[in-house]
Amino acid sequence: MKISYNWIKEYLDLNVKPADLAEKIERTSVEVDGVTTPSDGLKKIVVGHVLSLEAHPDSDHLHVCQVDVGEDEPLQIVCGAPNVAAGQNVIVALPGSRIADNVKIKKSKMRGVPSAGMICALQEIGFPEDVVPKDYVDGIYVLPEDATPGDAVYDYLGMNDSLIDLDVTPNRGDMLSLYGTLHDLAAIYDKPVKLDHPEVKEDGTAIADQLAVHVDDALSPQYRMRLVKNVKLAPSPMWLQIRLWNAGMRPINNVVDITNYIMLKYGQPLHAFDYDKFNGEDVYVRTAKAGEKLTTLDENDHDLDENDIVIADQKGPIALAGVMGGLDASIQDGTTTVAIESAVFEHDHIRKAAQRHNLHTDASQRFERGVNQAGVQEALDAAAQMMNELADGEVQKGSVVGSSNIPDSAVIDITLTHVNAILGTELTMDQVSHILESLGFEVAVNDDTLTVTVAVRRNDIHIPADLLEEIARIYGYDQLPATLPTGRMTMGTLTMKQRLMRATRHSLEGLGLNQAISYALTTEEKAKMFMMQDSETTNLAWPMSVDHAVLRMNVVSGLLDDIAYNSARKVKDVALYEQGRVFYREDGNDRPSEEEHIAGAITGTLMPEAWNQPAQPVDFFQMKGIVAAYLKDMVVNGDVTYEPNADMPEMHPGRTADVLVHGHRIGFLGQIHPLIAKQFKIGATYVFELNLQAIIDMPKQENQYDVISRYPAITRDIAMLVDDDVTNDQVVALIERRGGAFLQSVKLFDVYDGVKVPKGKKSLAYTLTYQDKHETLVDDAVTQAFDKVSKRLEDDLGAQIR
Amino acid sequence: MSLKDKLSELRQRGLADIKESSDLKDVNQVRVQLLGKKGPITEVLRGMRDLDAEERPKVGAFANEIRDDLANALAKRKEELEKAVLNAQLAKETIDVTLPGTPVAKGEPHVIQQIVDQIEDLFLGMGYQVLSGPEVEEDKYNFEMMNLPKNHPARDMQDTFYITKEILMRTQTSPMQARTLEKHDFSKGPLKMISPGVVYRRDTDDPTHSHQFHQVEGLVIDKHVTMADLKGTLQVLAHELFGDKFDVRLRPSYFPFTEPSVEADITCFNCGGKGCKVCKNTGWIEVLGAGMVHPNVLKMAGVDPDVYGGFAFGVGPDRFAMLKYGVDDIRNFYLNDVRFLTQFTKKG
Repeated sequence: MKISYNWIKEYLDLNVKPADLAEKIERTSVEVDGVTTPSDGLKKIVVGHVLSLEAHPDSDHLHVCQVDVGEDEPLQIVCGAPNVAAGQNVIVALPGSRIADNVKIKKSKMRGVPSAGMICALQEIGFPEDVVPKDYVDGIYVLPEDATPGDAVYDYLGMNDSLIDLDVTPNRGDMLSLYGTLHDLAAIYDKPVKLDHPEVKEDGTAIADQLAVHVDDALSPQYRMRLVKNVKLAPSPMWLQIRLWNAGMRPINNVVDITNYIMLKYGQPLHAFDYDKFNGEDVYVRTAKAGEKLTTLDENDHDLDENDIVIADQKGPIALAGVMGGLDASIQDGTTTVAIESAVFEHDHIRKAAQRHNLHTDASQRFERGVNQAGVQEALDAAAQMMNELADGEVQKGSVVGSSNIPDSAVIDITLTHVNAILGTELTMDQVSHILESLGFEVAVNDDTLTVTVAVRRNDIHIPADLLEEIARIYGYDQLPATLPTGRMTMGTLTMKQRLMRATRHSLEGLGLNQAISYALTTEEKAKMFMMQDSETTNLAWPMSVDHAVLRMNVVSGLLDDIAYNSARKVKDVALYEQGRVFYREDGNDRPSEEEHIAGAITGTLMPEAWNQPAQPVDFFQMKGIVAAYLKDMVVNGDVTYEPNADMPEMHPGRTADVLVHGHRIGFLGQIHPLIAKQFKIGATYVFELNLQAIIDMPKQENQYDVISRYPAITRDIAMLVDDDVTNDQVVALIERRGGAFLQSVKLFDVYDGVKVPKGKKSLAYTLTYQDKHETLVDDAVTQAFDKVSKRLEDDLGAQIR
Repeated sequence: MSLKDKLSELRQRGLADIKESSDLKDVNQVRVQLLGKKGPITEVLRGMRDLDAEERPKVGAFANEIRDDLANALAKRKEELEKAVLNAQLAKETIDVTLPGTPVAKGEPHVIQQIVDQIEDLFLGMGYQVLSGPEVEEDKYNFEMMNLPKNHPARDMQDTFYITKEILMRTQTSPMQARTLEKHDFSKGPLKMISPGVVYRRDTDDPTHSHQFHQVEGLVIDKHVTMADLKGTLQVLAHELFGDKFDVRLRPSYFPFTEPSVEADITCFNCGGKGCKVCKNTGWIEVLGAGMVHPNVLKMAGVDPDVYGGFAFGVGPDRFAMLKYGVDDIRNFYLNDVRFLTQFTKKG
């Protein structure tokens, strides 16, 4: 809501600049989105009086006007507006002026005729289109007759006011009005505020003889109407129009404007009906019936829902209660009798109706948050009074009241000790009670206890904590001391799981992979790729897009999306890892279980190409090296083994391995299937994904000192020809098993399957290292062990030792 | 010519020869010539036989002195020449040290992770536990136990991805307040925790909105926790993340699960508080929401609000990173362009 600085000053004696006032409001009440002064940035825009005009010789719509701008000679201005006429006072942008959007106006020629400036529409001097009175939307604006040519226009149009745009939180409905804001400011600045109260001059006959209302008070706890006869519809006086457009509302006519003005002033939405359009003299407040329809003021048709509250006459709905009136019974040219409604509607119904019909109006916004239930009649009276004063209406005697349930004030006990204990302050009883009284609350003090009777308008205050907020904010958060919690000591330590997760990230970063964070919501297809276990998908009931509709059951597909993003931007070398959750769901459960995974993906080269380092495209063994190094960092207890897996549909059947620890599968690694690469539009990519939770849960090796032998080691190399299907693992396992007591390590140093070996065979070569911890090894002992292992290789694996 | 004179002359000639030797081979030759078995000194010494017994030791000592001088001169010359050889070798080995170093593969932590880690470390040091909760939550924990019953208008503030009527993607890390409060045994000490994690909102991704982002929830519940403690804690957080120059201010706000509720602003990075475009001329930038835990939240979790109370806060690492590094599009965090990921290398 945009609130006028000038309007505030009419009630409150403040000596602060608008910007300072705004900051104070922001620090003490509600957020401020900005402070604007409509005339800011405008220059040399004055009142002009159109002395005469004639048609432009070379145009069918331009006029050449002689305009008195308070100088010795009139200015000649060419104007294209259809509504320009002699005798009007108009807005003139003089040569050298600045209008909206910092546009500069210069002397010019229009189709050959000199034009010294421009006659402006309101939009051209910065008014938003939707606040410009309908009559002037398509043309220039006409100023009042008493405007003086040559004067700056700003004061005539209320443009020197400062408008403070309040962003009101859902709890502070009271701040959606001048009066509510004034109550807060009175407390903030500790100044008295004098609000005016209406005095209605009644005439004619009792309303009760002309109108009856029938109200379901569960839907509308208060429902009040007044009747004003013989109103004369006309444009509102300037001051009233200015109030409205400065608040962002379009002036329409005096009757409608009065209802809007009262809403801005009191926060009470009103509705004005044309009484003569009622069918009968009875008005009902009820829920809509199935099949009922309503055309609202904005000329949209609505199929009503049985949960919508409507105002109805004998024939049917005439308004969507608290949201928008109906077109049929609205104020239109020819209206003479106005029924003014001032009511409270149940907020939840209003909220849902506004959502259902996508009609979020100034009225619904206020009813949703709650209006001042103690001020419903006052707002009604104030509107009636104004219709009498500004539209010559005869206010009929009395009001009809369909329901009048005004809630009791909340009465809350709070102790000074509690206030200071929670806020961390040392406030005195006087300070606290003064703050609460300045908000308009009644306070009774008894020893340490304050009994606070809260003003009804503050429907957000129910419990002592609510009062604490009032005390704290009015006292000023800036004045609160800044301390740290004391009390019993607590340990701040990471759990083993958290430590291992950090270690995982550090390990992979050290191995050259950058951490990625991808989207956990993906497409159904990608969610189901690279599955490590069976699972149902978990789908959003109402996703924003198909791209983010299903919870991932793998991390790799997200990394492939990332690689695709990079690849599309010509970034060819990408090495990423991601630590994140996958979501597995069992049939019959609504909620998935969440499992921590760790995954990596590399495309292009890991080691950057350089002047002394050729590009070396990533391959299976590089990725395997990374996985092995990572698992070594995690010191899982048990052998890590790799078994070929040709069955994952998204993976290359010949270049994929399951990763096993102590025989348990914890994940996979390998090259993605070329068809998957094609689908993601990426090059050859190697990936791994491991169940991080499983790694965390596995027993870990303890660190233990192992004596480093002081005696020399002896190495022997062995090269052999074996069949192609004999694996390295088989050879190494056999050597380790049969290598004898002093075998320390077996290291593969060559693999060859080129032209020099027979078809179906490959050559493998290993270095065997022997060492004794306690004495120098004798050559003979090594030779013996080596011969033995060579024989076993020949016998068991059919190796030909070379 | 006396023997002594001979020796003196020998010394002079020898030293000149040594000086003239130009490489190691020369030096060796001179050495053999001067000091060898057939060399002049040996020869001179052989002539000692003819000397008086009185003269002999004197000449002998003199001869030894000369032999030592020559030997020393030879060694010195040899060292000089060796050094020259080495220097020549090193000169030949000179490389262009301005050629780039061989690149190594090195990964970086994600910028959001860096901020989360920094927050975690700060609060660990203040005795907080770090807890993580489910990303797929129950409506009960995400909303109801946070004092947001069904139909509460504030639910409109958060667009939610529902899976079923009761199961949803958590919209905040606040459900960890309820989950932790339910379990905590206050007889064992106060509850001090932070809970970092991923949260989800039903938003269309654009430069300032992401359907997935991060939050860190903080909660302290004890017998005597004050709002001043909240202010002090947030100040420490701002100083840790942004620097000591940054000030914190609290403003009233509204969250259903705290009362009083505040939003915390910190001094604008861009202008240092003077007022600029970034801070809309206020000098302040909103960074987090906080407040004193609402009694209803405590009650619903089975904690007596008359005995225990405290504060909670929620910070957005994404927003912090955007502010701290001037990142203008939140989607950068989730698209993982390596040119983006590798920009944030400053540790600590």
